[in-house]
Amino acid sequence: MTDATASDTPTRIIDARGSFCPGPLMELIRGIRESTPGTVMSVYSSDSGSRTDIPKWIAKAGHHLVAVVPRDGFDEIIVEKTH
Amino acid sequence: MQRILILGGGVGGTLTANLLAKQLRRDLKTGEVTLTVVDTTGVHTYQPGFMYIAMGGERAEHLQRPERGLLNHLVNLVVGEVDRIDEANQAVQLADGRWLGYDQLVLATGSRIVPEAIEHFDTEAHHFYSAEAALQLRHALDAFTGGRIVIGIAGMPYKCPPAPLEVAFLIEAELRQRGIRDGSELHFCSPIGRAFTIESVSEMATPILEQKGIELHTFFNVETIDPTRKVVQSLEGEELPYDLLILVPPHKGQQFLMDSGLAPAPGGWLPTDRTTLQVGGRPNMYALGDATDLPLSKAGSTAHFEAPVVTERIAASVLGRDIDERHGDYMGKVMCFFEVGDGKGTLLQFDYAHPPRPPRPNQFWHLGKVVFNKTYWHTVPKGRV
Repeated sequence: MTDATASDTPTRIIDARGSFCPGPLMELIRGIRESTPGTVMSVYSSDSGSRTDIPKWIAKAGHHLVAVVPRDGFDEIIVEKTH
Repeated sequence: MQRILILGGGVGGTLTANLLAKQLRRDLKTGEVTLTVVDTTGVHTYQPGFMYIAMGGERAEHLQRPERGLLNHLVNLVVGEVDRIDEANQAVQLADGRWLGYDQLVLATGSRIVPEAIEHFDTEAHHFYSAEAALQLRHALDAFTGGRIVIGIAGMPYKCPPAPLEVAFLIEAELRQRGIRDGSELHFCSPIGRAFTIESVSEMATPILEQKGIELHTFFNVETIDPTRKVVQSLEGEELPYDLLILVPPHKGQQFLMDSGLAPAPGGWLPTDRTTLQVGGRPNMYALGDATDLPLSKAGSTAHFEAPVVTERIAASVLGRDIDERHGDYMGKVMCFFEVGDGKGTLLQFDYAHPPRPPRPNQFWHLGKVVFNKTYWHTVPKGRV
C-alpha cells in the first residue's frame, strides 16, 4: 500500500461496491477509458480480490497506483491515469 | 392531473409502463393520470436473440414485435425520436418539434453501439450487437474454412458481459461439428486477469476453455486495429494477428442525455442512485436498464428487476401514499443464463450483497435459456414473471 498526497486527491469516484458483474476492475477500465491523462480516481470495492486484481492491471497497463485504503466494509483504491 | 412519461420502449420502459398501468388503473381510466411511452421506432426488439442469429439458430424477424401490442391499453404510445429534455419546464422535445410535458420522468433509453469510435472497425471486425451485424458474422463464419479467430472486447461497459465468452464456446463447438477445428485457432481476449469477471464462473469456464483449446489472453482490452498487418492491439500494449476478428463494439448512452445536461460526456451514462434509481437526486426522475451508470450488467435482466422499484416509487408519489419498503428499494438483483456450448448452460444470479454461485453447467440451464427466449414476449414485458 502507498500513501496518497494532496495532489493525488481523486476527482472521480467509481462506486463499485456490490458489483459482481461487470465488477470493480471492469468499472475502473471504463473510468480510465473515459478520462484524460492526469485524472485521479477512487474505486470503491467490496470485493477483496480487487486488492490484487486492480494493482496487477494498473502495472500491466502502465498507470499509477496511488493508494489502497481500507475503509469500513470496503477498500478505496486510488489510481492515476498516466497516459 | 399527473403526467408520467417513459422514454424508451425496451424491457425497462415497457415493463414499467405495464406495471404502472396495473397500479394506477383507476386514475388512468378517469384521466387523473396519463401514462405515455415514447419509443424511437415503435418496434420492440429482443436483443439477446442477436447472438443466435450469428450462431445460425435465429432469424431477425422473430426478434421483433410492435410495441403497441406489448403495452397495456391504458398506456399511450408516441413514436418519435427525443431531441432534448427541458428540465426547467418539465418537458421533452421530440425531433419533429412535438413537446411532451411530464410530472414523473422515466429514462429507459438504453445504450447504443458506436463501432465507428474505433478506426477500421467497420471493415475489419464483426460483431453481434445488431441483427444486421449478427447476420454478417453468420455469413463470415459460413465462409470461414480455417485460420485464426480472435474474439475481444473493444469498450467498457458493454451489453451482456458473458456474451463474448459464450460466443467463443459456441463457435468452437460449431467448428468441431463442421470438421474444421484442426485447421483453426481460437483466441479469447479477456479485459481482466481471468476468463470472466465473476471468480466462480471464471473457475468454471477456464478448464472448459483449456479443454476446448481456446487460448485465453488476459488483460487484453482492444484499443486499435491495424488492417494492413491484420493485427488487433490492446491498450495494455500487446497485439494479436487475426484472420477473422469478432469484437464487442464500444457502447455509449444516448446523445440527447448529454446534450440535456443529465449525463456526463463522453460515456453518456445517467448518474443513478443504486437503491432509489433516482437520477442525480431528482425526486421525479428515474433511470433503469442500460442507461444508468450503475456498476451492474447492462442486460435486460437488470431492467427487469429495476422496473418494479421505479413503479412502486412513482405509484406511491402519484397516489400520495408512503413507499412500500419491500418493493421500493433496488438491491442489485440480476439473473441471467450463460451458455458454455455443446447444449449446456448455467445460471448467474446475484445482488449487491450476494455473489453468484452458478450450478455446474448442464442441459437443464441451456434449455432454460431456450424456453426463456421463446416465451419472452408473453412473460417479461407484461410483468408475468
